[in-house]
Amino acid sequence: MTARLDAKFAALAQQGRAGLVTFLTAGDPDPGTTLELLTGLPAAGADVIELGMPFSDPMADGPAIQWSSLRALKAGQTLAKTLDLVRAFRAGDDTTPLVLMGYYNPIYVYGVARFLADAKAAGVDGLIVVDLPPEEDDELCLPALDAGIAFIRLATPTTDDQRLPKVLANTAGFVYYVSITGVTGTATPDFDKVGAAVARLKRHTRLPVAVGFGVKTAAHAGAVARGADAVVVGSALVETVRTSLDAEGLATDKTVPAVLGLVRELAAGVRGAVRAA
Amino acid sequence: MTVHQPNSFRTGPDERGRFGDFGGRFVAETLMPLILDLEAAYAAAKADPAYRQEMDGYLSHYVGRPSPLYFAERLTDHFGGAKIYLKREELNHTGSHKVNNVLGQILLARRMGKKRIIAETGAGQHGVATATLCARFGLECVVYMGAVDVERQKPNVFRMKLLGATVVPVQSGSKTLKDAMNEALRDWVTNVATTFYCIGTVAGPHPYPMMVRDFQSIIGRETREQMLATEGRLPDSLVACIGGGSNAMGLFHPFLDDPAVEIFGVEAAGHGISSGLHAASLSGGKPGVLHGNRTFLLMSEDGQIDEAHSISAGLDYPGIGPEHAFLHETGRVSYLSATDEEALAAFQLLSKLEGIIPALEPAHALAKVAELAPARPKDHLMVVSLSGRGDKDVPQVSEMLESRL
Repeated sequence: MTARLDAKFAALAQQGRAGLVTFLTAGDPDPGTTLELLTGLPAAGADVIELGMPFSDPMADGPAIQWSSLRALKAGQTLAKTLDLVRAFRAGDDTTPLVLMGYYNPIYVYGVARFLADAKAAGVDGLIVVDLPPEEDDELCLPALDAGIAFIRLATPTTDDQRLPKVLANTAGFVYYVSITGVTGTATPDFDKVGAAVARLKRHTRLPVAVGFGVKTAAHAGAVARGADAVVVGSALVETVRTSLDAEGLATDKTVPAVLGLVRELAAGVRGAVRAA
Repeated sequence: MTVHQPNSFRTGPDERGRFGDFGGRFVAETLMPLILDLEAAYAAAKADPAYRQEMDGYLSHYVGRPSPLYFAERLTDHFGGAKIYLKREELNHTGSHKVNNVLGQILLARRMGKKRIIAETGAGQHGVATATLCARFGLECVVYMGAVDVERQKPNVFRMKLLGATVVPVQSGSKTLKDAMNEALRDWVTNVATTFYCIGTVAGPHPYPMMVRDFQSIIGRETREQMLATEGRLPDSLVACIGGGSNAMGLFHPFLDDPAVEIFGVEAAGHGISSGLHAASLSGGKPGVLHGNRTFLLMSEDGQIDEAHSISAGLDYPGIGPEHAFLHETGRVSYLSATDEEALAAFQLLSKLEGIIPALEPAHALAKVAELAPARPKDHLMVVSLSGRGDKDVPQVSEMLESRL
């Protein structure tokens, strides 16, 4: 049921390297640019695509992703248009796993059953919904699993050994380890601690562990890739989108090359990492 | 409507923090362990007589409780109907009902060993109350406030700074209360080990709506005793303004299972519900999930949260406490709304007739009393929550009225 994700992580394990998960916000700065970026990502070295569903009040995100959401919403992005983007991407790529990331309210308002059916049909493999902890599993997590879409749970430094089984219970696809206590794109993680945290998670689950929050450069990505199954980069990419825009906030001919260029660097960092034994 | 009528309206929330379908715990995983700690710490404190005793001591000697239940004779004569009583929460230390809740939370934070307190504020009353109690107990205090509100509530911003708090103007989103709450949540996620988040209203993830309600229920409990002592019977109706709804919930809760007591909550209709520029989540919103709970919200068809509009920064929030959403759906409480203009008129009326300048928030409740009271018989006992005093609003209102006075 999580075929694309499972196949990807199996292939990565076979190659003996970590994967690169890249985050972009759907519709930032416009749907056409997002589609161009999405179609370019796999060749630039992205192994898994995380696509943000913009929300007006992204409480768990730092300034970079907040601003990317606002740019997208200002340009008229909606949840329906985000699913259109997935469909358009899937038309040309049937293998790269794609997960949607966001907040619950737009999904709740769209209607959970309708959303899951439309997301499945569009080719979505997984969901990361940051304001749905295991205590609220029956809202979306369990229906998503029934619909054949992985619900990817975040584990954090505050998730202790006693709580971990609860967090992992209905998680599928991979586990997303949040390497800092904080919002996206702010502090740089302590890479030694990240290694220990991934090892701790591995004692509780056989799922792949992806690590994100605060990974900005190829060197960071390489450091995380030594111990994790995948590295997630988001804020650094949406910042690259922002700095490539013109004075009106519109995409320029620099936007796509700049973002894909950074993805290539990050992918090289991840692929060059020497794996921990 | 096919909403189930419970035997008691006072049993919520359930173990999942739900009032019917509303409430819950919709927060990031980083915060969940802390929310569960808080729930346990609050349950332990509630069961500890020493905590209750400590709180009662401060409520009497620092806050100045009980607050009077005052018979507003001239207001009553003016409307010519119901006998109107004002529950004088504006006489509390710091000038509003907010201090009742903050005291409870700060004493809890001390029990939990937290040294740093964060809060969000709209009009600044909750920020002032939090800064005050942090000063009293020597705790670090950081208050998030939308940049727009910092501008329109200068007296309270100065007060908070004088009390030693750091006021952080929030520049994101609409730069009002909802954005201040987002920013406070971001701070909490970042500093979760040392920090206690003191939420100012009956909203947020469980256990906040329950905890804040419990702390504010002293308003209704006192009203009950005072009315029985004065009139020998319960009031016939209760009226309170609602932003998040903490003063209202505090007044209403002890009366919810008295079916003869009519209860009215008054939301801010801003320029009018049909204008789209208002803060009336129940009258003009629909159910959604924000800031840790499911409740009625102002939002677009795509689930993006709208800005709220009200003359009163304290009511300018696109949501409402989940217990109010439940009481709305069950029909136990009637929710009305008053416009900016109606509130301004009531603000002046109470000042002139009773020598009491109300905050713009309870002026919304008073505005609806103007409709409710005349239609009631003279032996009808109506209690209005006077949740805060108007000092903070005087500069803003004077600007608006200058041309008319």
